[in-house]
Amino acid sequence: MKILVCITNVPDTTAKISLSDDQKSINKAGLPHIIGPYDDYALARGVELRDQSGGTLTVLHVGLADAEPQIRKALAIGADDAIRINMEPIDSYSTAEQIAAIAKEGQYDLILMGRESLDYNSGVVHGLVGEMLDIPSYSPVMKLEINGSTASITREIEGGKELLTCDLPLVLGCQEPIAEWKIPNMRGIMTARSKPLTVVEPTDAKSHTEPTGFSLPAPKGACKMISSDDVASLVNLLQTEAKVL
Amino acid sequence: MSILVFIETENKAIKKNAQEAIAYAKAVANAQGGEVTALVMGDIDPSEAEKAGNFGASRVLHAADSKLEHDNSMAYASILAEVIQQESSELIILAKSGLADAVAARAAAKLKAGIVSGVTALPSFDGDGLTVQRSIFTGKAFSDTRITSKIKILVVNKNTIEVTPTTDTAVVETFSPTLNDKDFKATVQDTEKATGDILLTDADIIVSGGRGMKGPEHWQPLLELASALGAATGCSKPVSDLDWRPHHEHIGQTGIKVAPNLYIACGISGAIQHLAGVNGSKCIVVINKDPEAPFFKAADYGIVGDVFEILPKLTEAIKNR
Ligand SMILES: Cc1cc2nc3c(=O)[nH]c(=O)nc-3n(C[C@H](O)[C@H](O)[C@H](O)COP(=O)(O)OP(=O)(O)OC[C@H]3O[C@@H](n4cnc5c(N)ncnc54)[C@H](O)[C@@H]3O)c2cc1C
Ligand SMILES: Nc1ncnc2c1ncn2[C@@H]1O[C@H](COP(=O)(O)O)[C@@H](O)[C@H]1O
Repeated sequence: MKILVCITNVPDTTAKISLSDDQKSINKAGLPHIIGPYDDYALARGVELRDQSGGTLTVLHVGLADAEPQIRKALAIGADDAIRINMEPIDSYSTAEQIAAIAKEGQYDLILMGRESLDYNSGVVHGLVGEMLDIPSYSPVMKLEINGSTASITREIEGGKELLTCDLPLVLGCQEPIAEWKIPNMRGIMTARSKPLTVVEPTDAKSHTEPTGFSLPAPKGACKMISSDDVASLVNLLQTEAKVL
Repeated sequence: MSILVFIETENKAIKKNAQEAIAYAKAVANAQGGEVTALVMGDIDPSEAEKAGNFGASRVLHAADSKLEHDNSMAYASILAEVIQQESSELIILAKSGLADAVAARAAAKLKAGIVSGVTALPSFDGDGLTVQRSIFTGKAFSDTRITSKIKILVVNKNTIEVTPTTDTAVVETFSPTLNDKDFKATVQDTEKATGDILLTDADIIVSGGRGMKGPEHWQPLLELASALGAATGCSKPVSDLDWRPHHEHIGQTGIKVAPNLYIACGISGAIQHLAGVNGSKCIVVINKDPEAPFFKAADYGIVGDVFEILPKLTEAIKNR
């Protein structure tokens, strides 16, 4: 089986976001980056499936060279090789076109993604890629087993879950508890250095959207503290002041 | 401008999020001129479909076919694309949900349309383009995004617009979609759905518990408050990781993002990853025994104290209001 895992390079979940003075860009300097947490689930399950059934696992990232530590980490966790498409991924559509082009060329059986990226977190790239390849896409997937050429998928639906079976190839957006996040071991880190990382220039994809400026949410006012002996006054404030009851 | 809204249903009626999507479309139509048409799939009572008019739609196209009763983003996207072409729709509005993102994405790829998901304000128009604010970094920032394609698809977050229903009704027409076998490759083996519960993403009020609740056997006081308020229940990540509560209640950066009018956090510390899922809430109440808990910084109202003491008192006060 040939597996492709698409990873993003996103600010750490604890990071504070700040803007440039002209509000035209996000300050990237000093912002620690990680593999998108959902992509990490996809990668972990991908590695398990590759180990079970043989085959290969390729990681793919659309982005600039600053993502290479994260790509190397994915190799250390267990990917066999990596591809980076050298393009700033600001638009879901053009990012998806790049992924679809690589996926078509490589004839992958299973394309695993995160349920959503944590930067632009749209949750749309899997659907876009699925349609571009004319194959089904499902998200968010909580459980995945492969039997021969058929996948058993448990996906979350609103207020519950659904179990379905579908033939490969497929595009899946993953989330917990599909697998436990994996931490690279020493041997993985050593071998990752010599695994192939191919840098590809983008095919000319058309972007339909562009960011024109950024802003931060208005700071929250002070929290009004209420005595634990006077819970009734909270109800009163929620009714008359906040007007949410 | 011809505006099309894709609406989801719940219990054969228009979902609450969809009401907002229609109201959003109507606000654009009011500003730009044009009519709002709603597209609904699968099972809905005709008397409920008509109610799309309450929120601003003048027509409802109902794609009825028993094959469409399961959420199927492949088939829904094909139908959406077919309707967009038939109606020459230029602006497509969906209310944010897992299903809506998938449908919007697949329809966008079919029509080479620009798509923006996570929209948090009404758009502004310039020439052929449209600029709209969207939430990025799970609500830690916003980006103004310009779409330049002819067909434009917006997936709108909850609480973006106020809904003021009227008594107008919409004309309901049946739409017979072209169904394509390749959209029905999967076989649904089993569906598990909590019935009767209020959906987190639809809820106006959410009562949520963290590790401070001590264990699944102690959830009763929280459930009683939720029931007194008509609220949905949620939890922090460790709580669902420990199986104290079902996974679909997990709120936060790696869980469900919610935007209720009122979010009551009980025994949740307020880690940044949890806050990322609740920062769309209008009003946040925090109950925590630790006055230093970070959640108080993100709260509107706070009570320092033991949840097991405060929850019953609060339930009592709600019942007496
Ligand atoms: C990549 C990543 C993603 C994550 N995503 C999420 C996410 O989506 N959602 C999420 O929730 N977390 C997420 N987390 C975890 C997050 O960092 C926190 O660990 C988690 O939110 C803490 O949960 P908690 O507040 O329930 O537990 P704790 O941090 O243990 O806090 C318990 C709180 O209860 C209070 N308490 C204890 N007893 C009582 C009592 N009797 N009465 C009143 N108060 C009491 C304590 O003072 C404390 O503040 C993520 C972490 C990572 C690394
Ligand atoms: N720049 C990228 N490079 C590789 N994969 C990506 C990229 N952007 C998004 N993806 C994949 O698509 C998923 C959904 O992303 P999004 O639609 O941006 O929320 C992510 O979890 C990734 O698996």
